Amino acid sequence: MTLLATLVGASLIIFLVLDALPGNAAQMLMGADASPDAVRALTVKLGLDQPLAVRYLQWLKGMAVGDLGNSYAYGTPVAGLIAERLTLTIPLAIISMSVTVTLALSAGIYTAANHNKLGDVGVMSLTQIGIALPNFWFAILLILLFSVRLQWLSAGGFAGWEDGIWPGVRSLLLPAFSLSVVQAAILARVTRSAVLEVLREDFVRTARAKGLGKREVLWSHVLRNAMIPVMTVMGLQFANLLAGTIVIENVFYLPGLGRLIFQSIANRDLIVVRNCVMLLAAMVVIVNFVVDVLYAFIDPRIKVHDL
Amino acid sequence: MFKKFVIVAVAAAFAAAPLPALAQKKDSVVMGMTLEPPGLDPTNAAAAAIAEVTLYNIYETLTKIKEDGTVGPLLAESWTATPDLKTYTFKLAKGVKFQNGEPFNSAAVKFSFDRNAAKDSTNKDRSLFQAMESVTAPDADTIVVAMKYSEPNLPFLLGQASGSIVEPKSAGTNVTQPVGTGPYQLGAWVKGSSITLNKWADYRNAAAIKLSKVTIRFISDPASQAAALLSGDVDAFPRIATRVVAQFKSDPRFTVLIGGSKAKTIVAINERRKPLDDVRVRRAILAAIDRKAMIEGAAEGFGTPIGSFYTPGSLGYVDTTGINPYDPEKAKKLLAEAGVTNLELSLKLPPPPYARQGGEILAAQLAKVGITAKIENVEWAQWLSQVFAGNSPHNFDLTIVSHVEPFDLVKITEPDYYLGYNNEAFNKLYQQIVATPDEAGRAKLLGDAQKMLATDAVAGFMYQPQWPTVISKKLKGVWKDVPQFENDFSAWSWE
Repeated sequence: MTLLATLVGASLIIFLVLDALPGNAAQMLMGADASPDAVRALTVKLGLDQPLAVRYLQWLKGMAVGDLGNSYAYGTPVAGLIAERLTLTIPLAIISMSVTVTLALSAGIYTAANHNKLGDVGVMSLTQIGIALPNFWFAILLILLFSVRLQWLSAGGFAGWEDGIWPGVRSLLLPAFSLSVVQAAILARVTRSAVLEVLREDFVRTARAKGLGKREVLWSHVLRNAMIPVMTVMGLQFANLLAGTIVIENVFYLPGLGRLIFQSIANRDLIVVRNCVMLLAAMVVIVNFVVDVLYAFIDPRIKVHDL
Repeated sequence: MFKKFVIVAVAAAFAAAPLPALAQKKDSVVMGMTLEPPGLDPTNAAAAAIAEVTLYNIYETLTKIKEDGTVGPLLAESWTATPDLKTYTFKLAKGVKFQNGEPFNSAAVKFSFDRNAAKDSTNKDRSLFQAMESVTAPDADTIVVAMKYSEPNLPFLLGQASGSIVEPKSAGTNVTQPVGTGPYQLGAWVKGSSITLNKWADYRNAAAIKLSKVTIRFISDPASQAAALLSGDVDAFPRIATRVVAQFKSDPRFTVLIGGSKAKTIVAINERRKPLDDVRVRRAILAAIDRKAMIEGAAEGFGTPIGSFYTPGSLGYVDTTGINPYDPEKAKKLLAEAGVTNLELSLKLPPPPYARQGGEILAAQLAKVGITAKIENVEWAQWLSQVFAGNSPHNFDLTIVSHVEPFDLVKITEPDYYLGYNNEAFNKLYQQIVATPDEAGRAKLLGDAQKMLATDAVAGFMYQPQWPTVISKKLKGVWKDVPQFENDFSAWSWE
């Protein structure tokens, strides 16, 4: 119920903010030299002359029955355009999230276990640099190294899934990695402090006193308890990741959801923009919900109906 | 002894067998392009990106505008004009077919021109087609176009993408499934990523077409454009972002072509507003602009100074850069004369670097003569609806923009044009130009028109931009000069 209310609220904000943007799709489509008559005719044809409330309700109604309308610029159904782009953006998000989690958890646990030793200081300095790196700039460095100098991977573009999984994954490696670095750096620091926090708890000392090895305590008692803050940050990072794809997909010229949003804003193809943004909002809301549910699994003291 | 023999034998074997890479001649090209076209019908939308993909490749026009800006035959083998340059008779090429098998003939030409002139037409040059009094087809391979006025440039104008000849049955679906008479057919279009064109085997001159496949990738970020070339992902990048060009000049793997254009980059001045309606204030603005510094700073040196709304190399061009030269002292004097103090002007800048960087330079140059320019960055959509479009409020004082259309002096005569010049004397002069059939007389009048615009300081005419193209050294036939936005793949080949 709260889930639905959040989404309706989001839809209203999205619609109003986008509608306040100056410029209109008909003018953009017709170009600089179009006659005012022709622009007016197209405005009517696209239904942009209708009052605000009518257009909003039409949109809500459309979403409820699964009809998102037609793109002003491409003239094809929005649902199809988005579905096409998701075949890139979802794998990209999954790969970067996996890279993020793998890097972050290993770095976080390693540094916590070696607290204040050389390895800890070294890895933590690296994460400090990682947080400071803008991802698009890091992406360009990666391109210069792996595409221009070594020529191992292409500098951008998407091979598609038609020729099998590997060519597609290959073209997503650099973008996924550039997206992951900042996220992983943040998550590693969160993991480290969470693990350190738990290591100071009484039950850890008790476990050690019972004769359990350091390693055993860490893996079977500490980690599970440290996971709650880590999961929370991961959920938030998912939203960051989706926002990051807008920039990264432009650097690597990938035909994903981020680039679709970017181009559609420039074209004032608002029907595409608002549906994409709505989809992103829904994804973030759902991911956060899933995270909440996972809390209960990690810590049985939290009950699902408390949420 | 035996060892030596083996070495010689192996070497001989290698020498005899051609290397596989060389034996298989490359016949495909990947080209980079900054913007993706919104559709593939150049007769119903204005975006230059549509022409860059389709013109002379998928669609053909009656005439073809060549690299040097002259006009040659394409679907029309020849043409004649009446002495008053009002009526043109085109002889069409015979035996030409559309890609869907339908024949090309005068009926298709008439259909295309009538469609462009129709009331609901969204053709960029609709006014040109509406100015055709009649389009008649006396026989299958003759078309007669009678204009309402003298139009000396008609053969040139009909060679633009807006004059593409389409086939009646398929015209409605050209946006996504283009059908033309050209050497290439649409292979695939991955929206947001790339377009593939395949050679059409039944093209009337298929043997002359060297490339069997052209892939066009859309890369808007300048750093990504450079990386795509350097990594070998892309073989050619016409009109690449100027700021990445320098690194390719010294790289032996690439050729950099610097081409002239018919474009004019200007500081537009809104003459509808006070005190910009005062010619002295406008002259002061011009005298504050250092064109050389502007070309260096905003276009990385890729430009030729201009003094009017006309480009070097066009008929009747005169150098008017001396009429309002860079002279900050004179600018201050002119402002004082006009009684203008503490002038504060809004400066709206569209997204391209020439405008955004140029705007910073302009603001600094204006500050030196005591004019404050308040910079406001806008998107194209905003710029169109607030500054430029005929039905917009023309809500600006100054803006920087590049007008890429060739021969667009006529725009200045339009009453709701954004500059708001509306000078009866100029409009009369323009009518005289189009009514003068002989070239020498027209050239003289064109000179007068340029001088009038320069003297009246109608805009801050800055420079004719040059468009750099970076290509792989082995790629041949790519045009250096681009009189209009297009890429003629039929001329491209690998060495």
